[in-house]
Order: sequence, then C-alpha cells, then structure tokens
Amino acid sequence: MTTAIEQSMNNEILLDEPLAPKRTRRQEFWSLLRKNRLAIWGLVTFIIFFFVALTGLFLTAGTNPIMDPSMVRLQEKLRPPMARPNMDTLKSVEIPALGIYLFGTDDLGRDVFARMLQGAWVSLTVGFVAVGISVLIGIFMGGIAGYFGERQFRIDHLIVAGLLIIGIGLVIANIYVWGNITFLAGLLWLFDLIVRRKRSNTRRGPTGAGLLQKNALSVDTLIMRFVDIMLCFPSFILILTVIAILPASIYNIMIVIGLTSWMGATRFVRAEFLSLREQDFVTAARALGVGNFRIIFRHMMPNAIAPVLVSATIGIATAILTEAGLSFLGFGVPPPHATWGNILSDGKGFIFDAPWLTFVPGFAILIVVLSFNLFGEGLRDALNPKLREGR
Amino acid sequence: MATNQDMLLSIQDLKVYFRGNGKIARAVDGVSCEVAHGETVCLVGESGCGKTVSALTILGLISQPPGEIVGGRILFKGQNLLDMTEDEMQKIRGNRIAMVFQEPMTSLNPVFTVGDQIEEAIMVHENVSPAETRERCVRLLTDVGIAAPEERLKDYPHQLSGGQRQRVMIAMALACHPELVIADEPTTALDVTVQAQILNLFAALQKKMGMSLLYITHDLSVVAKIADRIYVMYAGIIVEQADASDIFHHPHHPYTQGLLASLPARGNRGKKLHSIPGQVPDPAYKPSGCPFHPRCDFAVTTCHDTLPEMCDDGKGHLSRCPVLYELRYETGGGRDQFIQ
Repeated sequence: MTTAIEQSMNNEILLDEPLAPKRTRRQEFWSLLRKNRLAIWGLVTFIIFFFVALTGLFLTAGTNPIMDPSMVRLQEKLRPPMARPNMDTLKSVEIPALGIYLFGTDDLGRDVFARMLQGAWVSLTVGFVAVGISVLIGIFMGGIAGYFGERQFRIDHLIVAGLLIIGIGLVIANIYVWGNITFLAGLLWLFDLIVRRKRSNTRRGPTGAGLLQKNALSVDTLIMRFVDIMLCFPSFILILTVIAILPASIYNIMIVIGLTSWMGATRFVRAEFLSLREQDFVTAARALGVGNFRIIFRHMMPNAIAPVLVSATIGIATAILTEAGLSFLGFGVPPPHATWGNILSDGKGFIFDAPWLTFVPGFAILIVVLSFNLFGEGLRDALNPKLREGR
Repeated sequence: MATNQDMLLSIQDLKVYFRGNGKIARAVDGVSCEVAHGETVCLVGESGCGKTVSALTILGLISQPPGEIVGGRILFKGQNLLDMTEDEMQKIRGNRIAMVFQEPMTSLNPVFTVGDQIEEAIMVHENVSPAETRERCVRLLTDVGIAAPEERLKDYPHQLSGGQRQRVMIAMALACHPELVIADEPTTALDVTVQAQILNLFAALQKKMGMSLLYITHDLSVVAKIADRIYVMYAGIIVEQADASDIFHHPHHPYTQGLLASLPARGNRGKKLHSIPGQVPDPAYKPSGCPFHPRCDFAVTTCHDTLPEMCDDGKGHLSRCPVLYELRYETGGGRDQFIQ
C-alpha cells in the first residue's frame, strides 16, 4: 500500500511539467510595466513634474527667493512668453532669474514661470493628500459596508448611540447636568450591552426587552444611506461652508476636499466586496482562522483595489481642479501664494489679450492629470496577476 | 452513543435552517454523526442534501442570518463548538479543525503567491520566525507531493494546474497539524487520474500525521476507496450509517440500495442504468414523515407521517428504515434480497 502510494507520488513528481524560467515578483512587475509605453511616459512625466515642483519649492521659498513669484512689475504687465524684460526700467532685483519671462507675465507684471513653480507643489500635494484621505475613508467605509453589511443594529443599539450623541451635544451646548446624565446613562447601557454580548446564551431578558432587541437597520443601510446623503449635498458648496468656518490654509483645504470626496471610492469598494465576499477563497481564509479585519484588508482589498486606483487617479485631477475653483472664489490658498488654480482663474479675465495666463496652468494641469491616468491604468494592469498570463 | 467521550468530533441532532422569502429551508434537520481519532468518515449524499452546510456549521462558517442553528450540539473533544465565541472559533479553525474546499480553482486568493498563503496559514496560529515558516512551507509542499517546492512558493495560483492547487489547499489545511480535516468534495472538480492521486495523498498523509478525516462526497467510488465508516445523508438527515464494507455489501436503507444500484458497473453493460424515481425534495417543502417515502418502493402508510427512528442491527449498522428492518428479521438473514 505504502509503496504504491509512494510510487504514484514519485510518478507525479516525474510527470510534473518543466519549470518556466523564474523571475522575482519585482522583475516581473517591471517588465510588464515597461511593455506598457504609455504608462511609462505617464510615470516619467509625473516624476519630472514632481522634481520641478520640488525645486520650485526651494527656488521660491524664503524671504528673499531666487525667483520671486510675488514680485510686482507694473510696467512689465501682460508680457508674452519668452519676452525679454525691459532692462532700462527695471531695478536689478526685479530682473527675472532666467533673464527672460519664460511663460510671460500676468496683469501685475509677476513672472508666471515663478508662480507656476510655486504653485506646482501646492497643486500636487493637494491632489495627493486629498485623494489619499478620500481613498482611505472610502476603502474603510466600503469595506465595512461590503463585508459586515448584513450585521444588524438593534433598536437598543440605536437608543444607546442616540443617548451618547445627545449627551455630548448637551455638554457642548453648556447644559452640563442633563448632558452628563444622558451621556452616563448611555455609557452604562453600552457597558451592559457589551457584557451581555459576552455571555451570549443568556440573552433572553424580561419580556419587554424583546422589542428593544428587534433589528432596526443593517450596517450596509447605515453606511450607504450616509453616502447617499453626502452625495445629495452639492459638494462644492459644502466645501465652501466648511472653509468659511475654518481658517484658509492648504492643509484645511486638503482635508476638506478629502472628506467630501470619499463616496465614490466607498461605492466601488462595497460593490467589489459584495461579489468578493461570496468567493471561495474568502470562505477558505475564514476556514483557516484568519480574522475578519485581516480578511478585509489583506485578502479582499488587493482584489478590489483596481477600480479604486483608477478612480483615485481621476480624483487627483478633480482635487486639483476643486482647489483651483476654491482659489478662484477666494476661499482657497491665501492670495499672495500662487497655485495653478488661482493663476488660471486670475488669467481668466485676460483670456483674449493674454491667453498664456490660462493656457500655461491649464496645460500643466492637463499633463499632470493625463500622465496620472495613464500611469494608473498601467499600474492596474501590471498589478493584476490574472492579466499577466496572457502576455 | 455511549462513546461520546472517546470521539474526536461528535455532532448531536444538529439542525440548521435557512430563512428567506417567508420560507424555512431545513437544510440540516437533525444530523448526528461521530468521528473517532485517526478515522476516515465519509458523509455521502446527493447535491443539496445538507452535507456542505453540516461541514460549514462545524467550523462556524454559516452566515447568520439567513442561516440559523436551531438545535443540536457539536462536540469537539467534549467542547461544544456552538457555544464558543467568534474569537475562540478563530483559534480552532485551521489550527485544530481545517477544511479543504471543493473548488481549488477559486479557493486560493489570486493576488498572492502560494507561499504567502501557506505562510499565512501558519502565522495566523503560531508565532514562528519567518525563516522557520518558510522552511515549514517547503516541507508541507514536499509532503503533498509538489515538485520543486521552493520554486512553486513564488508562483501565483493561476500558474498552477488544478491538481497542484488542490495539493496547495491541502498543504494549507495541514499547516498547523490539525486533529480533524474536513474535506468537502475535494476531488469533484478534478479529473479521475488526479482524483486518484489526491485520494492516495490523503491516505498517505493520514498515515503520517494521524489526523481524522471527515470526507464529504457524492461519489461512491471515492467512498469505497478511503472510508472507514460511512454516513449516508438524504434531505438533511442521516439515513444510514455503518462500516464501509458493510454498506457496500449489505445496504439496509432503500435510498442507499438505490444509490448503489445506480452505479454503472461492468456487469450490467448494455442494460439500462438504474435510477431512483422522483427528485430530491426542496428543503423548504420536505415531505412529512420519512423524507424518502415518495420515492421509496417499500413505503407503507406509517412512512407518510412519522419520521422513522434509527434501527440498529446490533453490529453498529444503523438505518432509518423500520420497514426493511422488520422484513429482514422476519425472513431471517436474507439481507441482500432488496438489492436490485
């Protein structure tokens, strides 16, 4: 018996197909990405822009920068690109570092090239950080909604949450006594719920408690209806409201844009999770004793990330444009600081007299967004092992 | 039933129902079965008779709702698995009870290498160094008969054949040396030669590691090859249980007899293949009494309204058919006369 088994196992080993030449995962990834020329162009363009933005940050920063983006030369206003400055009328500090106005000057005679350099860093970071925030929130919410969607909140859960929120609200509204009482009552009840959940068998309480134990709404309903509510707000107006309350700074804008643009990612992730949850490998992972959160973030997320990646690359573009719009309305980055958005919107009034004021930042945004989309798509293809086989 | 304590796994009167659309599907309706240490037990039955649901319930993988465990106990070494919290169950899954699934094509995560997934199976339960984990992975793959294991660890699931993937699944199941492996039709999706290899592999591994095997299948030829004891399931209940050879030579329940008669055999070449008349009942609309009575040649009026008890022939061969039981003892030992 044993010999027969060993025989068959040996046979199997002998029958095994010859191995293909092996490469490490990184080599394989690179060779795939390299074949996708558009993606490589996207990556290269983006890297160039990144370094330009980085050098721009250094060249234009400080009290006495090499290229001063806020240097006003009223006599040199609206000069076209490549124009030579009129050396006779300028003081030596006013002469641009390059010797020419590479991208022309705006209506105040400021060097557009210097302003573009300064704005590049803002635009790129706004795009990245805002999308980063929104994707993180989206993945988390979508993951919870997709994986735990069937879990139910009971009526008593909702009452506890209500008590806690009302309590905090009253305390904030300076009604301390009632606020604290409500809050403590909520906490006690919460504690009771947790303790009783541990002893799951003794769940049957007095008969009146039956009503409280009725299922009220599912996790999925809660999260997805919240998404719907968020989508109902015109997000730009919402951002305006928040910005009006908060002090205008780059970071607040990043955070607010991030907090108002996670709904798309949530929907994508949830939709992917609903189909992934029923897949055999998820059941198999659970059968191995893998925890819920590890399954969500390690097993399911890499399978669900592709549409999120693509929407994120588009989201970066949207975030840059949103920041531009905010700057235009005067709610964005405070005025002396240039961003691509406010260069664009400042130049809007001179679009026929000085088209470079709109074309230069517009073209820059276009190229960054385009290179991002191409790279994102190439990345998705190269990261997806299912697509590797056919090539 | 007195030997509960000695049993590794003992399921007692398990009932799992599914609610939905105002109907209650009684998928598992009072299943009792036992697996001893080092034993291979086969659970045989048609599609939809509740085999897989029983297996998933053992590991606590039934999603509730829509599923609901209505009654029964699942004792694993004397502990009731149904009383355990989710955290406690996670320590048991994969560690002490592991499962091999039906579809090797979809049971591996497509975005991770085989090595990553086996490593995870180990690291979830045991605190071992990366080097040791890797070494164990290689050893596991060698154990399940995969050539060049170090190379294979770097492969993605789609680069492997079906048989190799099932071997990887088995390696993952064995990663923490479980005491019980539940195999849910592990060879159904594979072709016959690979199936034979996998079955031999199970036998060899069981010999080497001494684990118990609960093998779920609808394929009687597989059962004949590996089983020590067999439970035959029909419509959510066990209809017959006995030692493997006993069932094949002296089936007591009409359903088992029908199943065996339906096997294509060399002897009846050219003849019309036997089939059991009628269809498996919808778990939401099961017939009253014995669920098999509408399809049964031996059904009497009592079969229509009372669920028959298990009848013991005194040698550990139980069958849920009092009609044939009485017939057998009246005619005195003519057990084989009902086989078609």
